[in-house]
Amino acid sequence: MRRAAVPYVLNLPSWIFLAVFFVIPLASVLALSVATGNPEVGYQYTGHVHEFVSAISTYQTQLIRSFWYGIASTVITLAISYPVAYWIAFYGGRNKSTYLFLMLLPFFVSFIIRTLAWEFILADQGLVLGHLKSWGMLPQSFHILSTSWAVIWGLTYNSLPYYVLPLYVAIERIDRRVVRAANDLYADTRRTFLRVILPLSAPGIFAGFLLVFVTNVGDYVNQQVLGGTGTYMIGSVIQDSFFTNQDYPMASALSSVLMLLLLVAIYLYARTFGTDTIQEYS
Amino acid sequence: MTETVLQPGTSIDAPPLVRRQRRKLSGYVLPVFVWLVIAWTIVPIVFMIIFSFNQAPTGRLAFNWFGLTGTWYRNVFAIGGLTQALEHSLAIATLSSIISVVLGTPMALALARYRFYGKAMTDMVIFADIAAPSVVVGAALLGFFLTLNVPRGLATILIAHVAFSVVFVVVVVRARVSGLDRSLDRAAADLGANPWIAFWKVLFPLILPGIVAGGLLAFAMSIDDLIITSFVAGQAVTFPLWVYGAVKTGIPPQVFVMGTMIFVAGVVLAIVNSLVSRRSPA
Amino acid sequence: MNEHPKPPPVQGLDIDQALHRGLTESRSSRRGFLKASAGVVGLAPLLAACGVAGTAASGKQNKQFDWTAWWHRQKPTNQLVFANWPYYIDTTASGKNHPSLELFTKQTGINVNYKEVIQNNAPFYAQIAPVLQAGQSTGYDIIVITNGWQLTQLLENGWIVPLWTEKLPNFQKYASPSVKSPSYDPNSKYSVVWQSGFTGIGYNPKLTGREITSINDLWDPKFKGHVGMMSDNTELGSVALLKLGIDPATSTPADWDKAANILNQQRPNVRQYYDQSYITALQDGDTWISQAWSGDIYQANLKGYKDLKFVIPEQGVMYWHDNMMIPLHAPNPLSALEWMNFYYTPKVAGMVADWVNYISPVPAAQQYIADVIKDPTVANSPLVFPTQSEYSKAHDYYTFKNYNDYTHWNNTFNPIIQS
Repeated sequence: MRRAAVPYVLNLPSWIFLAVFFVIPLASVLALSVATGNPEVGYQYTGHVHEFVSAISTYQTQLIRSFWYGIASTVITLAISYPVAYWIAFYGGRNKSTYLFLMLLPFFVSFIIRTLAWEFILADQGLVLGHLKSWGMLPQSFHILSTSWAVIWGLTYNSLPYYVLPLYVAIERIDRRVVRAANDLYADTRRTFLRVILPLSAPGIFAGFLLVFVTNVGDYVNQQVLGGTGTYMIGSVIQDSFFTNQDYPMASALSSVLMLLLLVAIYLYARTFGTDTIQEYS
Repeated sequence: MTETVLQPGTSIDAPPLVRRQRRKLSGYVLPVFVWLVIAWTIVPIVFMIIFSFNQAPTGRLAFNWFGLTGTWYRNVFAIGGLTQALEHSLAIATLSSIISVVLGTPMALALARYRFYGKAMTDMVIFADIAAPSVVVGAALLGFFLTLNVPRGLATILIAHVAFSVVFVVVVVRARVSGLDRSLDRAAADLGANPWIAFWKVLFPLILPGIVAGGLLAFAMSIDDLIITSFVAGQAVTFPLWVYGAVKTGIPPQVFVMGTMIFVAGVVLAIVNSLVSRRSPA
Repeated sequence: MNEHPKPPPVQGLDIDQALHRGLTESRSSRRGFLKASAGVVGLAPLLAACGVAGTAASGKQNKQFDWTAWWHRQKPTNQLVFANWPYYIDTTASGKNHPSLELFTKQTGINVNYKEVIQNNAPFYAQIAPVLQAGQSTGYDIIVITNGWQLTQLLENGWIVPLWTEKLPNFQKYASPSVKSPSYDPNSKYSVVWQSGFTGIGYNPKLTGREITSINDLWDPKFKGHVGMMSDNTELGSVALLKLGIDPATSTPADWDKAANILNQQRPNVRQYYDQSYITALQDGDTWISQAWSGDIYQANLKGYKDLKFVIPEQGVMYWHDNMMIPLHAPNPLSALEWMNFYYTPKVAGMVADWVNYISPVPAAQQYIADVIKDPTVANSPLVFPTQSEYSKAHDYYTFKNYNDYTHWNNTFNPIIQS
């Protein structure tokens, strides 16, 4: 009897907190997506869904672009984070937590400082490009800032801790004896990695994917600072709709559409990668 | 140089065993890569540290080099509003990460280990919390607080930060908990431990890295949050709020000094931590 | 006790399954989803009964209020809560104090709680609007808002206290004629200007290779990929209108369409639509020519970027103002008036202008800065004290009549920035 109640007891504080301070407020704002009106005359919940249609049709370019930037930045972040998390977990020894903390430390410093620094360093004639250009390695007209790649760079950079951490905690708990067992069974490093370590770290990959992909698709700050024409993301559109245009139904509709599309993406991920992992062991 | 591979009954924290004969080239690639990545994350920090020593003839940070000066370090707390903003940010980030961990860990445990009614719903809420654009969440919370006549200030900022951090903690801790050996729990129970002791002595130490990681993430997110904070802050000011606003007319060098101090404090903490853990018996 | 315990992957399998089942297995996920949607749908009839009130109603109400009587009822206090943009007031070298505020406290005994909480007009409006609409106090006595839609809205909604002009003799005496009765606030009934600025063109002659004199230069294909424009659609639209020879303040939607057309033609040349970070791009040389605010270029020069120049093009500049206003339910309105009156003197306006370096609304401050503070760089700068020839080229922004008007402008110009 008491055992059955355990999960409910564990969940209760968070449930209450999230219900009161997240679900209810968010639902009331998203409800505005089926409202009609403007700030002067107020809004009536008319239940019209034309806002959704309008949102998707007007901003499909930005939606697609945001998903593309999200995927690209997430994959690159994963590619960079995995070796780091792996090394710290397996080779970090006693200083594991120190390395992890050092990895995270730059991100305690304000975002604006980090971004100002990158703007300065990546300037067309700045520290990096200036020297490469004067050595003739790059054409004079080459620039990183104000391109899609600068945005992806910024997204990747700022996502690193959000992928390294979940990967680390998942990889670190892998029982070394399993790895050794694989070695005993004549698996070389590559096979050990692909068939033992990688699948065992799947929860970490998924957790990081959730944190990184989802936040990056909705991000707008990196684009505003590092991007150029033609890099506008859906997050900026929502920001504009809300603050500048004061078009709350559109902002709510866009947010709902964004969240729905992200849910679909996660579902597809789970289908593709989740079930495969499971099949490895059946 | 070879090492014996088989060591039955070693603890999970045993040092990793790698076939030494393979350590030629591939053995160095990984550490070099990791250190390159860590160097990459530190690049903006180096920039910040260097320019915190820059003279600023206009009182605002300049990216031209004017000469070394320690003035900004002597007068780091000179700007009352900025100092107070920093204090607020640090306090809120610390409290927010503690509360998020306290609320999020039980939920992560419940999600990872139990089946219960409302599990899918909880998953959806967590997902929605990560995916919801900050603009929308911020506006929602402001409307909510206004309706309930809650005065906006540091307390509401704290509530808002916990609301979005707790789900990140849940995701990270869950990645850790999932895959932990259930037989350890059973072994503890077999040895007569009641669930409470079993948790603290067996489970808790195992998931501690996940908890710490989640707490660090929550801290990093809170200290940098701008949009949601700006909605619910009322008259209180946090560090990012102050700095973002100052960008229009130019930020004072003290901002870089404070960033440097935070970073250096973190490094010192990490070094102390690793020294202390080296001293204490394993 | 097991020598070789079962390998964890099986447990890992369970957990993966548990998580993925929630998402992939149709039954439980569908059930959960249906439950969630049922909850939302169930709310629908409840929501339909409610709505969100508009602001127009409160606007009409407040305009009929007897403000003279209200002002006479106010009692003096010794506090003032002043909300401003960061770094927008004179500050000592160490960054500790604000001499003008300290002088005010010394002379009047009013303590100033100076809060640098305004990062941008739209987000700040979004913060205070719900508060004001709920009839509560924002806690501020003075707020500083740039002329634009948010300021118009604040006035329209009746959320700003009309000033008691008898208590502002210094404003009448010292204010520059160009700020005395702006188009967005006729007769300065609700606001007095804090600082102003020009939006013109900033450029680096070493990179452009020649002097810049016209807005057409922003369209010059020789600068392709190195042109910076502003992401604020009011600035963007206005400069295009000026290029077409249209005065923005009297423009019509048909004019806006023409402006949008030429902006679209310009797009391939534009490197980025910048917020206030355009100045970094100019400083770094990423952009050679850009829309720019006068104060930023002045600051850049002081910071060592002496190559950058600001020019008032032949077609004209946009002239914007940051305005001090008293929001409704301010706790210390009389103190606010005191400060406004105190500010509009050559001495205090001079102290502030010498530091902020944007256009001061008190022309006599120029003399003060030259003679007393002895700062000829600022005193002689046309970017801080424009001459008549500069003022003659200054244009006001279009003042939006209502929300639909504003939306029309947005729908015309936003696609240029957003696509």
